[in-house]
Amino acid sequence: MSEFVTDLLSAHFFRPCPCGLLKWIPAGDVTVENFLRVLTGRLPPSTPRSKRLLSDDRSNILIYLTGHGGNGFLKFQDSEEISNVELADAFEQMWQKRRYNELLFIIDTCQGASMYERFYSPNIMALASSQVGEDSLSHQPDLAIGVHLMDRYTFYLLEFLEDIHPASKANMNDLFKVCPKSQCVSTPGHRTDLFQRDPESVLITDFFGSVRKVEITTEVVNLTDPIDPANGEAREEMYSYVDQLPVSEIIHQKPKQKDWHPPDGFILGLWTLILLVFFKTYGVKHLKHIF
Amino acid sequence: MAAPRCSRCAWLLLVFIYSLYVVVKSEEPTPGDEQHASVVDNPQTAAETEKQPTEERRWEATQVDETVPDDAAASKQDLPVPDSVLTSTPALKDEFQEELVIRPLHSGDIYASFQFRTVWETDFTRGSKVSHYRLFPKSLGQVISKFSVRELHISFTQGYWRTMQWGQPYLPSPPGAELWVWFQDTVTDVDATWKELTNVLSGIFCASLNFIDSTNTVQPSASFKPLGIANGTDHRFLRYATLPREIVCTENLTPWKKLLPCGSKAGLAVLLKSEKLFHSSFHSQAVHIRPVCQDEPCKTASLELRQTLNVVFDLHASGQGKREWSLFKMFSRTLTEACPLASSSKIYIDVTDNPQEDQFELSPATHLLSQAVVLGDRRTFSVYDLTQQVTFGTVRSLNVLIRWKSTEGDMLRPLLHAERYVAGYGLQTGEIHTLMYNNHPFRSFPVLLLDSVPWYLRLYVHTLTVTSKGKDNKPSYIHYQPSKDRMRPHLLEMLVQLPPHSVTEVTVQFERALLKWTEYTPDPNHGFYVGSSVVSALVPSTVAMNTNITKEQPLFSTFFPTKEESSYFIRVYTEPLLVNLPTPDFSMPYNVICLTCTVVAVGYGSLYNLLTRSFQVEEPNPGLAKRIANVIRKMRGVPPL
Repeated sequence: MSEFVTDLLSAHFFRPCPCGLLKWIPAGDVTVENFLRVLTGRLPPSTPRSKRLLSDDRSNILIYLTGHGGNGFLKFQDSEEISNVELADAFEQMWQKRRYNELLFIIDTCQGASMYERFYSPNIMALASSQVGEDSLSHQPDLAIGVHLMDRYTFYLLEFLEDIHPASKANMNDLFKVCPKSQCVSTPGHRTDLFQRDPESVLITDFFGSVRKVEITTEVVNLTDPIDPANGEAREEMYSYVDQLPVSEIIHQKPKQKDWHPPDGFILGLWTLILLVFFKTYGVKHLKHIF
Repeated sequence: MAAPRCSRCAWLLLVFIYSLYVVVKSEEPTPGDEQHASVVDNPQTAAETEKQPTEERRWEATQVDETVPDDAAASKQDLPVPDSVLTSTPALKDEFQEELVIRPLHSGDIYASFQFRTVWETDFTRGSKVSHYRLFPKSLGQVISKFSVRELHISFTQGYWRTMQWGQPYLPSPPGAELWVWFQDTVTDVDATWKELTNVLSGIFCASLNFIDSTNTVQPSASFKPLGIANGTDHRFLRYATLPREIVCTENLTPWKKLLPCGSKAGLAVLLKSEKLFHSSFHSQAVHIRPVCQDEPCKTASLELRQTLNVVFDLHASGQGKREWSLFKMFSRTLTEACPLASSSKIYIDVTDNPQEDQFELSPATHLLSQAVVLGDRRTFSVYDLTQQVTFGTVRSLNVLIRWKSTEGDMLRPLLHAERYVAGYGLQTGEIHTLMYNNHPFRSFPVLLLDSVPWYLRLYVHTLTVTSKGKDNKPSYIHYQPSKDRMRPHLLEMLVQLPPHSVTEVTVQFERALLKWTEYTPDPNHGFYVGSSVVSALVPSTVAMNTNITKEQPLFSTFFPTKEESSYFIRVYTEPLLVNLPTPDFSMPYNVICLTCTVVAVGYGSLYNLLTRSFQVEEPNPGLAKRIANVIRKMRGVPPL
């Protein structure tokens, strides 16, 4: 599913397509915790840049969620759930830290409207494929493999977006009209009260496209001198390749010297117990025979 | 959905080329041209260098002011440097070669192996700093210098190499992801550096390498000796980890292709399209970085980067059952030019089994033949040199076609082959069997077996047995490091001598551990993977191997360094194992809570009521008539009924 969206986004809107604007997090990492960490930016310091959401207060963020869900939650990998309250709090954290300018939230699950009910941060616009109490349905099955390939709302949304080109002037009101009840069977909903601008004046390409600012200059920039390569003289000894399987060397390899560790608590306790029992049984007078 | 995606890809390509053209046109006042040494790369931004190669031929030289420092001018090696240019320091040279080897397999499948090699005359071991990257990718160069890496080998594989049907691969790799690194002697804390390195690499290759931690990292004591030049081998600086569960997909191929100097726009890399590459029986991409000798006396070291991609196309899935293969059928592309930055760009087709063209027919015909000793055998190859315009003919495109005429012929049995499986029943105990086959009729040779078993399979090493031909075969070297729960895995290394024409079986019993309930993956009933065993061996060779390292040789024959002529080094990987651990029923907590609460409520509630309820005698409620009568009697002042 996400591949279709990524494909569409990269094919139509991003030019050129830099890896930095599209995040990719492999399937093993998709947990609720990781999702919230990526949104709020609380990632361990060793996380590479391509796994971070490097947004600032001028970035427009598009969040698209799909899958199975219910009243107030969305399922992750069939074992975890994210609730609407958590999501709302995460967005508020993002707002407090100025991590977004405007945010478009699209959700395609059963009872999707429940997920955006709790948002309370400004500049969020939300779309859902179904209201509370309704199910979102799939589009059509593939008879060869026997499963449904796409959801209705996503299908009609993609169909709509394929007609949008980077210079299009279509606004959010057109997006709200995508997939009416006759096509989707469920009633799509949207929420714009938190958004400061009028939806009529918001272009779809604000969220679905991106422009790289290119500044053309005719000045010549002097770069610093490149660093001198360290030395020119050759070594005296020759390098050589290592024997890949030096049988005799391996056989006569000395076992590694294990570091000496002081005896740990268990051994010490055991010996103390033994000594105590001994002295209790036979009396302290034996001490002088030992020391 | 493949067709719409294809059209989107074409769309993307068009948009990209158009935007390139637009950007290039708009920046014309200040570009530099690498072809002409008087103009240097300084005015260009970093983004330009990627687009440079394809634009090179169409650009003209533009004069730049003399204020520009021109010491990087000499970086172009194959063009004459005009005398007017001052060069203060000689920049480091780098060279790029690419090749494709196609080997038709006896089962009707076809094996294609790409190798892209960049050699850079710099020596990171001596602490030299670099500021100018040309053909060598900057991301990898920075990783190497920051983490003091001497050698780095990383591979991503989808599928398992079937040695008995396909023979030996030129570059072996285990299913999933594998990473092994030799650090330099200057590193003080190898484990911390290893952790940071895996995180950075997971970002570069868009893979889940961040799952590599101490529970799947081992430090082999005798296997995985450095493949490049080294002066000492202290195994404290070696780390090896494997992720058998890792899936390889387009998202891993794209950053891999970005590391190539020409990207995927020119040369052999245009064939690397993911729709066809992943529709195959076996797909493996790898990056190998190591220091190599620059020249014969080997006094200076260069850094070599090899990017390899091995793919095996299935006769029935990709070939539609017909024994006829062409570049277009395999990759849905043909070649139009070599990479302009490559000093050599060749295609080798293995025609050893076809001396008189009776087995298959090769077109377009080529008169270039080359012989190379690879994997202990002298093989003959037909060569297509892409740097020569004549290869492309009048149609300006090269589509190599191999058509089979007959299907006879036996495959030479590979000399070393290994298998592994789990025996036993139930979810408590089991037994791991590793079989190693030595198919040589009269020679025996030693092999080094490396087994890394996760901690949740508790090995009983006292049950370890090694038998060949029914008799006990005592290994000449055993190194065993026991596991520590949730901290490190088992490591077992053995040097076993395999008798000729025999099967050696290594068995060890284990017990399965019960994990904590949070440690189970979302799909615990799928099972848990145990990484492949690695069998390293020096196999006797039928022809004399070439020990001269710097003679001009095709890339596929120079990967493993050979020290002696009579044997060659190979590495064989076994299958990974999928083991079921005792899995709790994860729906049970809900059921248990319901049941327990009901029992507690009913049981405790009743008991509490019985104990604390006080009883009072109460008159039964009289009937309606009696009540009216009582009211009248009260009015009269008479006692009620």
